Amino acid sequence: MKKVFTRPRSLKDIPTHYCPGCTHGIVHRLVAEVIDELEIFDRTIGVAPVGCSVFAYNYFDCDMFQASHGRAPAVATGIKRVLPDRVVFTYQGDGDLAAIGTGEIVHAAARGEKFTVIFINNAIYAMTGGQMAPTTLLGQKTTTTPYGRDKEVNGYPVKVAEMLSVLDGTAYVARVSVHDPAHVVKAKKAIKRAFEVQLANLGFSIVEVLSACPTNWGLPPAEALKWLAENMIPYYPLGEYKKPAEVG
Amino acid sequence: MAKILMKGNEAIGEGAVRAGCRYFFGYPITPQSELPHYLAKRLPEVGGVYLQSESETGAINMVYGAAGAGARVMTSSSGPGISLMQEGISYLAGAELPCVIVNMIRGGPGLGNIAPAQSDYFQATKGGGHGDYRVIVLAPASVQEIIDLMRVAFDLADRYRNPVMVAGDGILGQMMEPVELGEEEEIQIPPRPWAATGRMGGEKKLINSLYIVPEELEQHNLKLARKYALITEREQRWEEYRLGGAKLVLVAFGTAARICKAVVDRCREEGLAVGLIRPITLWPFPQKAFEPVIEEAERFLVVEMNLGQMVEDVRLTVNGRRPVHFYGRCGGMLPVAADVVREVKKLYGGEGQ
Repeated sequence: MKKVFTRPRSLKDIPTHYCPGCTHGIVHRLVAEVIDELEIFDRTIGVAPVGCSVFAYNYFDCDMFQASHGRAPAVATGIKRVLPDRVVFTYQGDGDLAAIGTGEIVHAAARGEKFTVIFINNAIYAMTGGQMAPTTLLGQKTTTTPYGRDKEVNGYPVKVAEMLSVLDGTAYVARVSVHDPAHVVKAKKAIKRAFEVQLANLGFSIVEVLSACPTNWGLPPAEALKWLAENMIPYYPLGEYKKPAEVG
Repeated sequence: MAKILMKGNEAIGEGAVRAGCRYFFGYPITPQSELPHYLAKRLPEVGGVYLQSESETGAINMVYGAAGAGARVMTSSSGPGISLMQEGISYLAGAELPCVIVNMIRGGPGLGNIAPAQSDYFQATKGGGHGDYRVIVLAPASVQEIIDLMRVAFDLADRYRNPVMVAGDGILGQMMEPVELGEEEEIQIPPRPWAATGRMGGEKKLINSLYIVPEELEQHNLKLARKYALITEREQRWEEYRLGGAKLVLVAFGTAARICKAVVDRCREEGLAVGLIRPITLWPFPQKAFEPVIEEAERFLVVEMNLGQMVEDVRLTVNGRRPVHFYGRCGGMLPVAADVVREVKKLYGGEGQ
């Protein structure tokens, strides 16, 4: 019988620590499938962040680094400058990339560093207990905004894809979502393009992935996906913000 | 080979290149600027990479990436910038990555000033960042010694898979002295089977300092402790200056030690039995230097460009067997030889503390 569906080579065959309904698992799988399809597994080096995906280094079966909080783009810069013929990616959450690590991500993008960033935006700090993230929506309740995020107190959510797309060093910037199968397919296409941009040496590439956190949003998994579609997508519009002519 | 004139900061750069270092990541700060200026020109000549980072936190994490990818790599800064790097240095120590970090120490605390100081001794030798770790610290006292120690620094970093700090000050960085560079050697960088360079058909490699299970982190801590014990046993370095029969032994490092040599000469001319121990490794502290002199020495005088930091290590070493005194200038001021001579004369032949 023909095998039509299997675990990607680039993912280890072990259970993850992610909560039920968390979409990190989907995004891990998409990245792994892309690495497999582009046949770059043996020369890919990943950088895991601090946050829920800190153990990504256990799940991806390629060589991995664990970086300090927010500094994955600096670590990836060091790796790629030493090994320019390898494929390097970082996998970072919104606290890691859009709060403590804003300096590193902005300047890696501005320098046009030739690595790929997978940026998980779930609008919350999940690992530390559901605190407000830089991407938490106005009015959204978290453990540190119990009355809802108030713009007078906490200001506005950070739109990373829009912000980085105006920098000349970025070659590919997209925002995708994984709340239903059709969007998962689109997300994979964007992730693949981001890696292709790196392989073609065109510059910095980033895919922002809107992601669900049922545990810290206090919603059942199916409702969390619905909440994402109805609340996050209007504020964080999906699409390719920047795309070089060289990739379809 | 003829001697040439070089600034200390430039000598660090040339010494690093000659030691096989091809990667530098750093952020501008006074008083080490001549070093990045030198390497920005020199590294591209030898096929290396000079990259100016967005901050010192960026720089030290680029070092983490480059070191984990198998490179001989360095960064450089001064006081406030080194403070910003401490989280990264802790990660480098935890992940056992070799690298060289230069600190041309300036006056502190806070923004302090840009004048030469030795007030980062505690930070350099007692950890600096979080967690139970050690950094090997080398303290050159001349431009020639910088050239010689840069090779030692990279070799020690590789041998023990540990960060090495080269600690100088603004005077050492900016003064010019004649140096003998010697023949440029072909450097063989030791193989790094642990480096994460892409699997390329091999086993998966991981650069990491996270051990979530306490039993595992304890084992990792104990492994590091065994390494630090080995370094302490094997790598103590110091210079002895006119120690024969010394009744009063000066202890000083770096620029302060140069001043103390003049003090020793003047005292000896006047018939006072004064000598100098100059620690070259600040960590491991050269405790072995003290045992041969402690019988004859009546007392020790530690001279530093701070409020008294290394003096604590001298007291731990002497362990109450002899009085240990301190003389220091701070805030970027230098000890003046005549003042140190006066201090020596006050103590020489006296009794007790």
